[in-house]
Amino acid sequence: MTFGTATGDGERGAGFRVDGTWVGAPVTRKEDPRLLTGGARFVDDIHLPRMLHAAFVRSTVASGHVTSVDLSRVLEVPGVVAAFTAEDLDLGDITPRLDRPPEEYTETSMPILARDRVRFVGEPVAVVLAEDPYAAEDGIEAADVTYDVTPPVLSEEQALAPEANAVHEQAPGNVLLDVSMFASDGIDDVFAEAPCVVQVHTRTGRQNALPLETRGVVAGWDSRAEQLLVQTCTQVPHQVRTVLAGSLGMAESTVRVLVPDMGGGFGIKCVVGREEIAVAAASIRVRRPVKWIEDRKDALSASFLAREQRYDARAAFDETGRILGLDVDVLCDMGAYSCYPFTVGIEPLMASSEMPGVYRVPAYRVRGRAIATNKAPTAPYRGVSRPQHVMVMERLVERAARELGLDPLEVRRRNLITVFPYTGVNNVTYDPGSYLESLNLCERVIADEGWYETRRAAADQGRVLGIGYSCFNERTGYGSDAFAKRKMQAVPGFDISEIRMDTAGAVVVTTGTMSHGQSHETTMAQIVADKLGLPLDKVKIQQGDTDRVAYGWGSFASRSITIGGTAVALAAGNLGGKLLDLGAHLLETPRDNVELGDEGVRQRDDPARGLSYRDIADVAYLKSHLLPKETEPGLQASASFDGVGDGTFSNASHGVVVELHRDTGRVEILRYVCVEDCGVAINPQVVDGQARGGIAQGIAGALFEKVTYDENGEPSAASFLDYKVPTACEIPDVGMHHIETPCLFTDNGAKGAGEGGTIGAPAAVLNAVNDALRPTGVELNDTPITPQQVFDALTGALEVAP
Amino acid sequence: MKPPPFTYHRARDVAGATDLVAELGEDAKFLAGGQSLIPMMNFRLARPEHLIDIGRLGELSFVDVGPESLRVGSLSTHRAVETADLGAGFEVVRDTMRWIGHLPIRTKGTVGGSLAHADATAEWCLLAVLLDADIVVAGAGGRRRTIAASEAFLGFYTTVLEEDELIVEVAFGRPAPHAAVTEFAERKGDFALVSAAVDLDVSSGTVSGGRVALGGVGPAVVRVPEAERVLHAGGRAGTDLFETCAQAAAQAVEPPGDDDAGTGYRKALVRNLVVRACEEAVAR
Amino acid sequence: MTEPDKVLLTLKVNDAVHEVAVEARRTLADTLRHDLELTGTHVACEHGVCGACTVLVDGDPARSCLMFAAQAEGSEIRTVESLAGDDGSLSDLQTAFSANHGLQCGFCTPGFLMLAEGFLAERPDADREEIREVVSSNLCRCTGYQTIVDSIQDCAERRRNAKEASA
Ligand SMILES: Cc1cc2nc3c(=O)[nH]c(=O)nc-3n(C[C@H](O)[C@H](O)[C@H](O)COP(=O)(O)OP(=O)(O)OC[C@H]3O[C@@H](n4cnc5c(N)ncnc54)[C@H](O)[C@@H]3O)c2cc1C
Ligand code: FES
Ligand code: FES
Repeated sequence: MTFGTATGDGERGAGFRVDGTWVGAPVTRKEDPRLLTGGARFVDDIHLPRMLHAAFVRSTVASGHVTSVDLSRVLEVPGVVAAFTAEDLDLGDITPRLDRPPEEYTETSMPILARDRVRFVGEPVAVVLAEDPYAAEDGIEAADVTYDVTPPVLSEEQALAPEANAVHEQAPGNVLLDVSMFASDGIDDVFAEAPCVVQVHTRTGRQNALPLETRGVVAGWDSRAEQLLVQTCTQVPHQVRTVLAGSLGMAESTVRVLVPDMGGGFGIKCVVGREEIAVAAASIRVRRPVKWIEDRKDALSASFLAREQRYDARAAFDETGRILGLDVDVLCDMGAYSCYPFTVGIEPLMASSEMPGVYRVPAYRVRGRAIATNKAPTAPYRGVSRPQHVMVMERLVERAARELGLDPLEVRRRNLITVFPYTGVNNVTYDPGSYLESLNLCERVIADEGWYETRRAAADQGRVLGIGYSCFNERTGYGSDAFAKRKMQAVPGFDISEIRMDTAGAVVVTTGTMSHGQSHETTMAQIVADKLGLPLDKVKIQQGDTDRVAYGWGSFASRSITIGGTAVALAAGNLGGKLLDLGAHLLETPRDNVELGDEGVRQRDDPARGLSYRDIADVAYLKSHLLPKETEPGLQASASFDGVGDGTFSNASHGVVVELHRDTGRVEILRYVCVEDCGVAINPQVVDGQARGGIAQGIAGALFEKVTYDENGEPSAASFLDYKVPTACEIPDVGMHHIETPCLFTDNGAKGAGEGGTIGAPAAVLNAVNDALRPTGVELNDTPITPQQVFDALTGALEVAP
Repeated sequence: MKPPPFTYHRARDVAGATDLVAELGEDAKFLAGGQSLIPMMNFRLARPEHLIDIGRLGELSFVDVGPESLRVGSLSTHRAVETADLGAGFEVVRDTMRWIGHLPIRTKGTVGGSLAHADATAEWCLLAVLLDADIVVAGAGGRRRTIAASEAFLGFYTTVLEEDELIVEVAFGRPAPHAAVTEFAERKGDFALVSAAVDLDVSSGTVSGGRVALGGVGPAVVRVPEAERVLHAGGRAGTDLFETCAQAAAQAVEPPGDDDAGTGYRKALVRNLVVRACEEAVAR
Repeated sequence: MTEPDKVLLTLKVNDAVHEVAVEARRTLADTLRHDLELTGTHVACEHGVCGACTVLVDGDPARSCLMFAAQAEGSEIRTVESLAGDDGSLSDLQTAFSANHGLQCGFCTPGFLMLAEGFLAERPDADREEIREVVSSNLCRCTGYQTIVDSIQDCAERRRNAKEASA
């Protein structure tokens, strides 16, 4: 047997990196062919025999008591098969928990279907099953539900008013979380004595994460497997299994959650929804599979939302622009319910712990609150609070620079963390990053492209241009220790991988992460291929199946490549160890005289002598009598990995050039530059894609998207005409630049790359707009910025900032 | 978001379509390109019990260019008009098409459907009103009449059409070599927040008259006599005249405002868009 | 309530002729996906804005959520399933999307492919700005659009080069 000739199909694809590794190469994606040909399988593509279709009767009032639910006419509608209320299904509530005392956290529950009370327009009250979705929708129109309407709580003012109605009885003041995580001694004195104190008051609009594929599920009892098979587009299959089994009173082993191809998630799909549980329960009742596909109207109005926050922030500076203290009050409107597993604490806790960001802040005080209102509930959305608090922080720095007559970039430089590891006043330890370097490079790119001259020349022609920056970090790869600081009762963090090699020498690797557009089937395969010296087409990633994947925390918080990617690398390494053991044994050479490479094990002292993986697998499976006595047959291994310490911080700087149109108030983005550092990029094309897509969502929040309600709590932006998702004509091309500061604890030095774009964009856009508005004296701090606000600022109709 | 049930009828000719609608009564509607009606049905905001699909009436999809006139069949799609040669003096009609939604909407949506749907910012309504077009309609029993565009649009999605009346064509009786349409919307392809259209009588740099129409300032597209008076008073084609005209237009209207775009802002948009439209119109 | 009316239709999709009996209200998108099991065409808004459902109707890109299947009788419909070769090989447009990372989750992709397919057939010489304007017809939540524009531009350039080379 000679080395490396066992198979002929190991051609390396285009884009292979010259240094001979897959990691770092912009290989084309393994996912692409099926997605490009219509061969993918998304939830709504699944057809099962005898399948029914569900639609939900939803509350038409924002707040009230359900006085009657009459479904008798529903059952007369042609095609309708069944209809169930909360009472009919009798399901357990979803109750997300924090280990915090009652004065900090009030626990609330979300029923699967509303029972006695409804808390937002769109809340599910009953489920209707029919032969097709058209008939199901006819069915819900025939439902007769009456309510005893109570005045809704729709704003912070209404929620906190002394006589406010309680959204939940257990929280009379509508505050579900009130935490003061940090309060440096003597901070009041710092502010009293500081030569410069600046304030920023900001409100940010409620947003929808808006994966293009809405939520959906197909559930049905599989009598062959004796299991309830739940096929759903979720970022967290194992958590869905736990909550669903609990709510239905079933053993977890009798539930299998299987995730098909997913059309995006961005956080909205990393919480457990009530519809999938109701559908599963209904399918058991009627003994037929049931499909539910959320329509866009419900997705915009009755799904999970995010980002409606109010900041009152002030910062103290010395004369040279050094930050002396930061004092922040953040209040997050979390809507009607707490989400599982993250709770209503998700936004205020993130803001509280991460607010100081890339800067050295010697004194810090923060109060974070979550309030309940009669609006659709919230879930984590890409970036979670960071797009908002980075914006506030960057506005504070800009205001201080103005006040002190300094260059805002210079003020940033004087405060950026440059010596690592750095432990901040927020008790977080930051691993090495390139905060200063990325800012400098970003400024240089903007300058080299001539934008400062362009801005000057434009001003001479009466045009209004502005340049803005943002500088931020993003904690990724949270391990269980880092998550435990949140005091969630379900603590995410680790990931487990299992790897098997088959008789042909190809491997299947499981991951507990859940790709929904991030290309894990490719990037994780790159990692494993390098570890084992395999071509990409011999590595298959298995995800999203609670029966095949031991356990997983899914994909969120930019954890997949850091935690999941390291777990697959370690599992592959362990398998490699076995292959080396066996190879050495079969080659009859010492263990330290063999190495892995090119689909086989070869001898160090004589590389021409070796065994292909196929040869080794042949022994491991088909000729196991040749194995050493103590060696188990087969080729499999596993590993787990947990994030280390406080996780790893990616960082980036964004630079934006905008033009404000004098005649309409339109904000046009002329140039967008992103300098990012996510450590080692496993696949640079994928990293660029994540950044660009994230930036588009950040711009959307800064300038376009806002979920709105009328005075009765009726959603008033429940279509794409009113909820203004930007198109290719509003989103600019983004110039991408990279710096690489490897993570010290992940296997490949990679840091997370999923959220950064979204985090940095609102701050940079806002700063650019305010730079352009500088001659007017107006500063805009609320998002989304509307054309009218810009127009009014330019025409002098807006108040000048104090 | 599935449409409610209805009975589907396919029209063979204009007479058949109008007679059938007359017979079925108010629960029947014509279906042309479906680009306005079907979204409303998917939201269950429209519930016709009968749909009469006029999509196969080939005789209604034509563009007829005369020496001094232009006739467009009601079933012509926006895209067909956008890519047709409309003859000298009707460039404004072709160029305005790009403001209507996006390409895949324009390949299906029709002239007649736009006029009948009568959105307050519909580009076809704006053009028809600006250029004093005639809207030719057919009714049950072979009835035909011609409606002046200035009298066609009554308010929010309402026209003077009788239930059995089908728009057959829109006819532009005179060329408009110095006309332009412009608008503002937050996103590419959106219905306009405000749209402005002008048609100038201009020769050798002097304006002697003209027409001004606006969309998005009220329940229907309107002409603005106050602004037209400024044009009739005449003057050199230039900033002064255009700004006076635009100012008059802005003063004449009282667009309804909302949180994100108040009345004052919309009036300012009117002013600035009328100036822009005037500039584009003389530049033709 | 009475049973909704059904209509018997003959549809020509991707050069194959199908007979289906569906309710008159069934959209072309649902008929393609659920009656003809051509699930490559996606649905993400059902009011004409997102473009995930874009197919070619007689060569023109159109929203299949804003057409009843009954209206499509007599027209030639093409869906994403028609693009690749019989052996599964990707078309030049599909290859360009993959090479330029013009897709992430891929949910919007069939709509963009059919939009571009129809558009480039009519405007093979389109420049980047024209392509961007057409790309603005559909929504993508993942990519930020730049690589979609890149993909279509790349495909258009390759087609032009190939034409020049053969001329
Ligand atoms: C995403 C999107 C964006 C859009 N953007 C714009 C835009 O910016 N500007 C704009 O103007 N439009 C826009 N539209 C609407 C589009 O232009 C429609 O094509 C048009 O309004 C209606 O034409 P239709 O042929 O589709 O009519 P249909 O939807 O078929 O019918 C509309 C109404 O007109 C009636 N009708 C149709 N034809 C006739 C006829 N010949 N005689 C009498 N009644 C008739 C129907 O009964 C129905 O009541 C947009 C649509 C969408 C989905
Ligand atoms: S589903 Fe048809 S355009 Fe969105
Ligand atoms: S790739 Fe996900 S929506 Fe476009």
